[in-house]
Amino acid sequence: MTATVVNCCSDLGRPKEARWNFCRQAILTFNSFIRKESWRVPFQHWKKKGPFCVELSDSQRTVPMTELSAHLPQFQHGQLTENFPDTHLSNTQESMASALFNTDQNDNSERRRHDNSERRRNDHAESETNGQPQNNIQQVVEQDEEEDEELTLKYGAKHVIMLFVPVTLCMVVVVATIKSVSFYTRKDGQLIYTPFTEETETVGQRALNSILNAAIMISVIIVMTILLVVLYKYRCYKVIHGWLIISSLLLLFFFSFIYLGEVFKTYNVAMDYITVALMIWNFGVVGMICIHWKGPLRLQQAYLIMISALMALVFIKYLPEWTAWLILAVISVYDLIAVLCPKGPLRMLVETAQERNETLFPALIYSSTMIWLVNMAEEDPEAQRKSKNSTYDKQARRTQNEDAEADDGGFSQEWQQQRDNRIGPIESTPESRAAVQALPSNSQTSEDPEERGVKLGLGDFIFYSVLVGKASATASGDWNTTLACFVAILIGLCLTLLLLAIFKKALPALPISITFGLVFYFATDNLVQPFMDQLAFHQFYI
Amino acid sequence: PAFGLFIFTIARDPLRIIILIAGAFFWLVSLLLSSLIWFIAVKASDPQDERLQKGLLIFGVMFSVLLQEAFRFLYYKLLRKAIEGLVALSEDGCSPISIQQMAYVAGVGFGLMSGAFSMINLLADALGPGTVGIHGDSQLYFLTSAFMTMVLIFLHTFWGILFFHGCEHRRWWEIAAVVIMHLTVSGLSFCNPLYVGSLVPSYLLMAAAAAWAYLLSGGSAQNLRRFVLCKC
Repeated sequence: MTATVVNCCSDLGRPKEARWNFCRQAILTFNSFIRKESWRVPFQHWKKKGPFCVELSDSQRTVPMTELSAHLPQFQHGQLTENFPDTHLSNTQESMASALFNTDQNDNSERRRHDNSERRRNDHAESETNGQPQNNIQQVVEQDEEEDEELTLKYGAKHVIMLFVPVTLCMVVVVATIKSVSFYTRKDGQLIYTPFTEETETVGQRALNSILNAAIMISVIIVMTILLVVLYKYRCYKVIHGWLIISSLLLLFFFSFIYLGEVFKTYNVAMDYITVALMIWNFGVVGMICIHWKGPLRLQQAYLIMISALMALVFIKYLPEWTAWLILAVISVYDLIAVLCPKGPLRMLVETAQERNETLFPALIYSSTMIWLVNMAEEDPEAQRKSKNSTYDKQARRTQNEDAEADDGGFSQEWQQQRDNRIGPIESTPESRAAVQALPSNSQTSEDPEERGVKLGLGDFIFYSVLVGKASATASGDWNTTLACFVAILIGLCLTLLLLAIFKKALPALPISITFGLVFYFATDNLVQPFMDQLAFHQFYI
Repeated sequence: PAFGLFIFTIARDPLRIIILIAGAFFWLVSLLLSSLIWFIAVKASDPQDERLQKGLLIFGVMFSVLLQEAFRFLYYKLLRKAIEGLVALSEDGCSPISIQQMAYVAGVGFGLMSGAFSMINLLADALGPGTVGIHGDSQLYFLTSAFMTMVLIFLHTFWGILFFHGCEHRRWWEIAAVVIMHLTVSGLSFCNPLYVGSLVPSYLLMAAAAAWAYLLSGGSAQNLRRFVLCKC
């Protein structure tokens, strides 16, 4: 992270000192969002607009040190939301960048909260350690607001790419595995959540079975989501944390063991159990540490991608054809409903978290950058919760059948909605903290505008990969279909980010991409494929 | 080579990557629509008649070419709007990416997508066992496919530049030239497997388009000479 910070500095260049300072301040406040000066905005101007945006830095400063505890969030909370409208209104941009930026701020997801609280603490700690008066910062901030917006615009595209890369990587891993390891395309049975088989005599029977399967799966997901909300409402954090830890354990060890075994079988590599045990043990332990605690950003990202891919592979293997497509379609609809309807469980979760002014447990979120958290303590529970959620998601079906799928669904849905395009790194590393502390007090340091990252729920990764993997596994058009679905998903992601910028509120990441993906899959498979086949046969070129 | 183009010129700038993917998407949509038309035509016709099928295929190809150009135009419109937005948002009043760069990237996007669709199944099959041309077809199938695909990708890139330039300056003849060139190249591919007829003119056309695009982008013979000399 220090490296990134340094890079950012050089990037900005010395002449842009003001902006740099501003950015740093902004970033600090927002937990990687660039926020416009919330600081100088008078308290009463702030209106309650939405989730916390990040600006807490101002309020934080005013808060005494003692507020580092949970009270802070509450205090901050009000400020945060108020802040939000301020920056929000000032933002006139429609570009993706700005959208991202703003949307991030607006985003209600827990993650945001999560980040916000983190941020707050950070800022708070920051100001404390630095002991700088906020005045100059505020002035600088004001000028920088406009610059800020422009900066965000510039970096908007960068954020999109920061999301493109991991999604692409995950899909590539899944497709590569599907193509080479035959285990994942063999039908070895079905999940307990999809009890109806699809090997029926008539088409009607098959359709009915798949509809029933999808209905069961979706209801399981809904139940799990509601359970999660209830648990959260009644503050049963321990339960949730334990759940997440177990699921991540299962995912990291058991699934990867199976995966490794299958890969070895495919390539006919002889391997003894001791070596395998050692490898899996190392992989799992490092993964647990990275995801739940601290670790290098790249490693954490890699682990998150790997577990998303593993989960997607499991889905591809154990869901029968029509059920899988139906589930994808229904899940995107559910995603849409749960995020946008006022009574949706996701929304309730977010609101509850907002009321309590605390960060929701860390759900699966993939974050592309790191933020420096001065306060490690806060970060830990967050990171833990976050990872737990993710692992929770991944929780194997094996151990808790009904849980696994539901958790997976519930979490992924929720988290992805909430987390949609959030900016803000989650973890902090000792270096970043050191870097932060080493920075001059005036600069809130830690974050460089370029450091801002984007967050996307891991459930999104999983379902995108499921779509592409299924396309590559079962399409007659093979690579053409896979490629078409891939491009469709990426474009859907772009559009989602754009909409996020325009609407500035939490949006689900699934619907648009999955819709595009499904449309392109069926269209390419049935329409384009024969056409291309004929063209290739005659060697015509279009 | 196209992939090399991608890595060296596009992968650095995230905005270009987005434009590239969007370009690929537009090409894909045009392909989808054209294959839809073809599919309907085929279903509505007699599947036994060979000549009719081939004729339908040719019709499908031509229609697809026209659709591709139409989508290129639509993409141009979209990019114009995007550029205005970017200019408004940028801090120093000028867009971070010029329309020529966008034209280039859009062309590469189109080209990559069309190349990928043409080649990828071939490549996948090439990995497997088999002999080329065992049934009396040309043995150079893979080679010529590869060359043809490459020339098509480059052509798409140049056409992108020419097309956008024509739209910018409202020179309709440029746009018409691009469309006609595209139709010609596709038509030439009908000569396959008589490869001489299709590959050679395609390459010639590509050289012409390359020179034209280069001149349009502000290059000149002097630039070229300087570039080459400097390297030496």
